[in-house]
Amino acid sequence: MTVREIFETMDYGPAPESAAEALAWLDGHGRRFAAAGAETFETRNPATGARLAEVAQGSAADVDAAVAAARAAFPGWAAMPGHRRARILYAMARLIQKHARTLAVLETLDTGKPVRESRDADIPLAARHFYYHAGMAQLMAEELPGRAPLGVCGQIIPWNFPLLMLAWKVAPALAMGNAVVLKPAEWTPLTALYFAEIAAEAGLPEGVLSIVTGDGSTGAALAAHPGVDKIAFTGSTEVGRAIRKATAGQGKALTLELGGKSPFIVAEDADLDSAVEGLVDSIWFNGGQVCCAGSRLIVQEGIAEDVHARLRTRMKTLRVGDPLDKCVDLGAMADPAHRARVAAMVAGTGGEVFTAPCALPEGDAFMAPVLVSGLEPADPLMQEEIFGPVLVSTTYRTPGEAVQIANATRYGLAASVWTENVNVALDMAAKLAAGVVWVNGANMFDAAAGFGGMKESGFGREGGWEGLRAYTRATEEAPALTAGAPVARPGAPRPPELDRTAKFYIGGKQARPDGGQSRAVWATDGRLLGHAGIAGRKDLRNAVEAARAAQPGWAAAGGALRAQVLYFLAENLSARGPEFAVRLAEQTGAEIAAAAAEVEASLERLFTWAAWADKQDGAVKPVPGKALAVALRQPAGVIGMALPDAPALLGLVSCIAPALATGNAVVAAASAAYPLIAAEFCQILDTSDVPGGTVNMVSGDPAQLMPVLAQHADLDAVWSFAGQDLSEAIEAGAAGNLKRSWCPRGMDWGRSNAAEFLEAATEVKTVWLPYGA
Amino acid sequence: MTSHAKPAGTVPAAADPAGTAALPQLAHARNPGMALDLDWVASARANSSAIARRAAQIPARRSLKGDWQAAWLARAATLIDLTTLSGDDTPGRVRRLCAKARQPVRADLLEALGLPAITTGAVCVYHEMIAPAVEALAGSGIPVAAVSTGFPAGLSPFALRLKEIEASVAAGAAEIDIVISRRHVLTGNWQALYDETRAMREACGPAHMKAILATGELGTLQNVARASLVAMMAGADFIKTSTGKEGVNATLPVSLVMTRAIRAYRGATGHKVGYKPAGGISKAKDALSYMALMKEELGDEWLRPELFRFGASSLLGDIERQLEHHVTGAYSASWRHAMG
Repeated sequence: MTVREIFETMDYGPAPESAAEALAWLDGHGRRFAAAGAETFETRNPATGARLAEVAQGSAADVDAAVAAARAAFPGWAAMPGHRRARILYAMARLIQKHARTLAVLETLDTGKPVRESRDADIPLAARHFYYHAGMAQLMAEELPGRAPLGVCGQIIPWNFPLLMLAWKVAPALAMGNAVVLKPAEWTPLTALYFAEIAAEAGLPEGVLSIVTGDGSTGAALAAHPGVDKIAFTGSTEVGRAIRKATAGQGKALTLELGGKSPFIVAEDADLDSAVEGLVDSIWFNGGQVCCAGSRLIVQEGIAEDVHARLRTRMKTLRVGDPLDKCVDLGAMADPAHRARVAAMVAGTGGEVFTAPCALPEGDAFMAPVLVSGLEPADPLMQEEIFGPVLVSTTYRTPGEAVQIANATRYGLAASVWTENVNVALDMAAKLAAGVVWVNGANMFDAAAGFGGMKESGFGREGGWEGLRAYTRATEEAPALTAGAPVARPGAPRPPELDRTAKFYIGGKQARPDGGQSRAVWATDGRLLGHAGIAGRKDLRNAVEAARAAQPGWAAAGGALRAQVLYFLAENLSARGPEFAVRLAEQTGAEIAAAAAEVEASLERLFTWAAWADKQDGAVKPVPGKALAVALRQPAGVIGMALPDAPALLGLVSCIAPALATGNAVVAAASAAYPLIAAEFCQILDTSDVPGGTVNMVSGDPAQLMPVLAQHADLDAVWSFAGQDLSEAIEAGAAGNLKRSWCPRGMDWGRSNAAEFLEAATEVKTVWLPYGA
Repeated sequence: MTSHAKPAGTVPAAADPAGTAALPQLAHARNPGMALDLDWVASARANSSAIARRAAQIPARRSLKGDWQAAWLARAATLIDLTTLSGDDTPGRVRRLCAKARQPVRADLLEALGLPAITTGAVCVYHEMIAPAVEALAGSGIPVAAVSTGFPAGLSPFALRLKEIEASVAAGAAEIDIVISRRHVLTGNWQALYDETRAMREACGPAHMKAILATGELGTLQNVARASLVAMMAGADFIKTSTGKEGVNATLPVSLVMTRAIRAYRGATGHKVGYKPAGGISKAKDALSYMALMKEELGDEWLRPELFRFGASSLLGDIERQLEHHVTGAYSASWRHAMG
């Protein structure tokens, strides 16, 4: 084309980024990253199909070796002063910047994403995470007293943001003094291998970070490895669920950042052109291969046609092409097989399909942007994660209905709300079940702001102070949980003065066991104290239903009111203090003075949690640019818990009160050894203005009850402090809806353990509020 | 260009004494305006932070290299309203500017690029300089634009502002750059803004009206969106950002708001309204960003002088230097190009 012709047509031309340095780096390694004779696989450029390099297929032995190296390097790295670690992370950040262009091109060659994105998003954000966490290494000793690194972290990352996901995982782990074995995705191992060189250049001691390439079997070997203390995984919900099951009962810490079907709500008073541009940033960023992509457009009915028309107009100017061309909006999809899968999903829809009339380059990995409108929430395309450049759309009538449609999904990763009405925006932000909400924006990220999901989008946060919890543990080991020793049926039982039958407490009412079974509880002097019910599945079902119904109201009541209720609870327990002391003593065999002291400690614990009810602050994160990133602490929701045997009253209070203080509803399985203490406590709940259904109490064998609760899809979290280790059954059961589980091996009941309980009882929701006149 | 009888921005084959045949605006029907639609005005929304993000992406998403950059920069030269608006303007100064408008880029450079002779989009002056400009541009086909209506503040008596338009049209200005009353925007008096602007459009008669919104003084992008709509309803042929005298002149975010308003107006009425960012655009690279914005938001028709102009004085110098760099491979210097 001559200048004269371009002068007339005013077309765009090619604007290619050079791949020379990145290819030279690959050539320098002989295009092979494996030991001699090792089994390898090919990594290809999806845009051209060209082979980029041969990469080692990591074997179980390779994983063993990497874990052993990490284990050996860990003590030295953990003992290194935070400042020394900070210097190394700082050097990593600087080196990422100094190698930015090569990294960006390498990322684009391996993933097919536009080089503009790897240049402007992936690489700068990766560097930012290392800067941010260099600071965390510096501050750890002063700001995180009592916290120590976990040990060896196994990290498994996806193919959509290879270096950025590495940074999200490696930076906090190293900053806190952990050693890492990282497995990059099979399709995209190259920038991780490049980063290994950067780490060495930055002075990271050998063995602290190992990269093991390979396919899913390598990841599975890493997840199952007994020498690993923590697994962090980002990827599909299906694989996340498998990892949850595989690691159940192993005592490994786990964080999962999984799939999404994130809603993008557009109200009639939004800046519609900007909302359309927000959709471009949402669903056509990285070709829609983004876990938090705003893939479900939920638009107010009266403006739906207008918005769809604007979208179609905008889609016509999107450019699909050579990912190395700086003038394209969508590159190649990560793999031809993935493109075929996405195309097949679209082909099966009954919705109205608009495909952007973009010129597509040669190759089988390119796909034009698609809008599917006229779908109802029941349509499979509205439910399933497509993970491609496909936007699906439905309509709503009222803000309440918008939230209802938005939340009608198994996922809960991100959400975007577009309206010029700040009142409505914040109301929706509070109600959307998502770990991140962007108001009048999309896909905004920063290392200071937590990111992570709810529901089947996983658990754990990455970024911010909250992200560090996933890479630390308490320095002091807590005393192990102990099983109680209920008094056995005496040889010569003494009848009670008057028969007492303890019932369950469900929905604010006394309830008999559905199965009609109960067991006798004896005093140390041989008296029959009464009977405690044995709960079955239906009792638990009823209890969860009651809790689900009560939870929103309790959360909405607010911290100040919840504090009052907890103080009132203490007041009423105090009034029956001497009686509780006697009951503790006669069931547990404790001296009456010790039992009285436990009652006192329980009152104090209630005061502690009453105090916390209106004091757990959120935070405003210092993110770049004109935006508030507000970290809200929201209740986890409905929490199922097995209460500890000992101390029977203090343990019960220590578990239920934090859940109540933070706005949760509770389904509790009473101590198997001392169930009557819990039953008596429910009478106190009943007289203390705790709304019916907020706390539900059953008794029975926790080993029978907790798996049922763990598998219940309408429960948000499950805790076990039972005297026996139930973690395997609970963690495997929790894999169903990927609820959070907490099965500590020990607990010092002499302390409130506020940090741990606050963490477990709440979720951080990050609400981004960009502003400007 | 093929759809147009006479390519604007290129030198007409034959001299045309009246200068009208080459008026770029004749290629499409003028915007007749419409009744003031207050509901539409009130519903206009502009979310400034989202707009800032989009504006920041435009230079990042579109890149022009090599021959494409050269061709686009040559096109940019044809889109310039070469402007002098100084208290010390003289006929001599204006003649020099007009000579530059006739040949904005050295002939040898155009030849090396394989491009035809080109001119700038217009020459823009104060009323008293219209006559020397018309004389200096005779036969070139380059229209003379005059700033008017008490430029730049627009606070002289309304009747005089209308008279000023009439006088400038009578003096030979083919385009009138009017300034709107910012106070009507800031007080939400859309009816008053509409009435004034409508009267100005009538006073312009055959001359094309560019409505300067003085966006740097409107306070919010929402006001920019609303003022853009009212100006178009009142019959503006172009909407223009700035006088060049405000503290903040043309910006990409403001341009995004105004081009989106143009797109909405076209969608509702079928009429195409032109856009002129003015002030502060002095680098060739910036010009390319604005042009990419026009292509993305409005389409290729808005890359012709009929519908797009740069209000700029120093931009041309940078374009000339970049074009010479493209031809020779060596960086250029300002003294290698004729003064304007």
